[in-house]
Amino acid sequence: MDTIKRIGLVLACICLFFACKNENQETQSTTPVENTEEKVTERSGQAFIQDDEGTPNCLQIAIGSPDHKTLVAAVQAAQVENALVNVGPLTVFAPTDAAFAALPEGTIDNLLKSENKNTLANILKYHVTPGNLSTTILTKLPKLGQANNQSVQVEVVDGKPVIGGANIIASIPAGNGIVHVIDKVLLPPTED
Amino acid sequence: MKHIIKSVAAFITGLVVLTGCNNSNQSNSKSGALASNVAEKVYVAPGEHDEFYAFISGGFSGQLSVYGLPSGRLFKVIPVFSQDAEKAWGYNEETKPMLETSHGFVPWDDAHHPDISQTAGEIDGRWVFINGNNTPRIAKVDLSTFETTEIIEIPNSAGNHSSSFVTENTEYVVAGTRFSVPIPQRDMPIKDYKGNFKGSLTFISVEPEHGHMDIKFQLIMPGFDYDLSHPGRGKSHGWFFFTTYNTEEASTLLEVNASQNDKDFIAAVNWKKIEEYVNNGGGTMMPANYAHNVYDESTHMATSTLKKEVLTVNPLEVPGAVFLLPTPKSPHGCDVDPTGEYIVGNGKLSANLTVHSFTKMLDAIEKEKFAGDAYGIPILNFEDVLAGSVEQPGLGPLHTEFDGKGNAYTTFFISSEVVKWKLGTWEVLDRQPCYYSVGHLMIPGGNSQKPWGKYVVAMNKITKDRYLPTGPEVTQSAQLYDISGEKMELLLDFPTIGEPHYAAGCPADLIKPRSKKLFPLEENNHPYATKSEADTKVVRDGNIVHVYMTMIRSHFSPDNIEGVKVGDKVYFHVTNLEQDYDVPHGVSMIGANTSELLIMPGQTETFLWEPKQEGVWPFYCTDFCSALHQEMQGYVRVSAANANTPLKWSLGEDIE
Repeated sequence: MDTIKRIGLVLACICLFFACKNENQETQSTTPVENTEEKVTERSGQAFIQDDEGTPNCLQIAIGSPDHKTLVAAVQAAQVENALVNVGPLTVFAPTDAAFAALPEGTIDNLLKSENKNTLANILKYHVTPGNLSTTILTKLPKLGQANNQSVQVEVVDGKPVIGGANIIASIPAGNGIVHVIDKVLLPPTED
Repeated sequence: MKHIIKSVAAFITGLVVLTGCNNSNQSNSKSGALASNVAEKVYVAPGEHDEFYAFISGGFSGQLSVYGLPSGRLFKVIPVFSQDAEKAWGYNEETKPMLETSHGFVPWDDAHHPDISQTAGEIDGRWVFINGNNTPRIAKVDLSTFETTEIIEIPNSAGNHSSSFVTENTEYVVAGTRFSVPIPQRDMPIKDYKGNFKGSLTFISVEPEHGHMDIKFQLIMPGFDYDLSHPGRGKSHGWFFFTTYNTEEASTLLEVNASQNDKDFIAAVNWKKIEEYVNNGGGTMMPANYAHNVYDESTHMATSTLKKEVLTVNPLEVPGAVFLLPTPKSPHGCDVDPTGEYIVGNGKLSANLTVHSFTKMLDAIEKEKFAGDAYGIPILNFEDVLAGSVEQPGLGPLHTEFDGKGNAYTTFFISSEVVKWKLGTWEVLDRQPCYYSVGHLMIPGGNSQKPWGKYVVAMNKITKDRYLPTGPEVTQSAQLYDISGEKMELLLDFPTIGEPHYAAGCPADLIKPRSKKLFPLEENNHPYATKSEADTKVVRDGNIVHVYMTMIRSHFSPDNIEGVKVGDKVYFHVTNLEQDYDVPHGVSMIGANTSELLIMPGQTETFLWEPKQEGVWPFYCTDFCSALHQEMQGYVRVSAANANTPLKWSLGEDIE
């Protein structure tokens, strides 16, 4: 067992060694460099800053929630992390894992495919409103202009706002806005 | 099994480390091979000059910083709306009047949008105009002295934000109110805002030779928020465009209430038509109260004059002069391309960028195809004026600039990026991240018919982890991208002063030859100037004492003064006799309740000292001027208020 562990470590070391060795070698060709550059860009930005002191932002709240694994996976697949950590302020409607599970079978798996990244990003942006909107404020608004440029209707049922047919289960203030946990995935209308 | 998984995990970790490290190494190698390339692009060797000047506003610092591009080196911070102890701006007696307003002395403002003067649609490098938002003012900075030489207050305005942009022959510098207010100001309930508050758009004429500013007219518009503006150019010269938000006319929780309309407006103003109307006696003179402060280079002094009336124009009285172009979702930046055909509305809550066509606008106006009106001002149909939209280029579009090669560059605040797109086809060509939350961007000459499309500077509001931390307040930044190729390339990331709100830039050669080296002593008309050591003196007038003092390497004249008493008001009028480039002298007196003076060759400046204690008090040169700088000092003997010490002064000999 330990041996295996050690092999792992050795491998890790070798990897590091190679990595470091690379450092001393000047790049030979520009093509791979270009690719790398893009990769670096994809995973850089405010979302990747370590900060344990501030009030968690919308993304951190989702990541820390046991009920939002699908949402987090979707956000990562669509690479919209940085949009959720911006100073905002943002209102994020966060469907639970159960809400995602209620979608027709295969929908999520399909959306998580890399060729559907834009569709997925569009759906996720449909869950974000610019502005920090409490439930009280939401009851006063007939519709919300979402970050994907489409609108979602707000109804008031029993004094509570219902967003595009989704109920707000919980609301968590975030460092950069507010997260409303909802029980249904909001699907952008095909025509707006 | 568990352990195998563990080891596999470790192996994968290893791979990740490899790839990860590889990435950064290759990126470093890029920074190694390519990066030496990048470094070369921003490296300006010691003694060499930068290719461009960039004037980057300081936002809440109230100042304007002068940088070189591509190096990002800071050359000067020009005080505009804020006191600056380093340069005695707003502290010495000569410049205090520059900060006078109808509200009294206001030593701070929020400086936003510098714009360089133009001739025939091209940057001429003579002056930079910049707006103070908070207590509405427009300043003019002279680019031969790099000093603020004029400030005019804007009456009937509040949050002077859609300012200070110049028309293509600097006929006007334009200042639009952000906040609508009661015009004239009066005591009324806030809830009665709608329909009662008004927004003023102020056209300030600029006298061509000296740049003196004068309010030609104020257009009194509906009570929207006027956010940003730009002049037409080329074919649209004679028009001015203003974005609006809060067409809902909300007065509370605008965060929500000003975002209810699907579309707000871009107001298109035919200022030539209004100018003609005004020149023919049109408009209504209304009582007002605003300061006009002018610094005179010959007397080295500023004067402040309170003006008492302003000419206002009701847009309904000039038919055909003002139209409203529906534009989605609280448009922020209002940017006109170098040809003058396209007017970009950066709808900050819209995911698309809306571009209007000037030609289509004229056509719709001619055919009188109106969708309705707002307080009598015709509204055009969105579809009739739309040239096209850039679909989903990013989140939170704020501002667009142009490279003069048919491309536009837009900043996106929420998605923190600059996106390059093509005018006419509206296709997105490239995108580069900003670190982070970018506001304005600047291409030198980007607000003219002739941009120099080599670099774009993006100005970021948030930097978080980008620099060494300095406590909770960390520097904001500017980022320089090379835009000469098809793809943008990030070259440099440099810290800025205050909020780098916006900038203006131009080739250094437009400004460099005109930069002043000194002020000729014979042209110094300061009333307290002393042009030779023989003329120095100390004069008492009751408890006011005027010291006519000179400075030259490396002494003051006089440098011993006696006969000053506790309770006196002592004015030191100090003339720098040097006539040599880059030899300013400074002076300060122990206990003076003000800043030092920093006096340029040939210039006279004054500070006030009110001695409170008997004794012998030294003063000295505060700017390291020469090898004998440390010897450049003097004494003032202060006697009791009722003492009989005679008023005497000397240099080089004892006072007997």
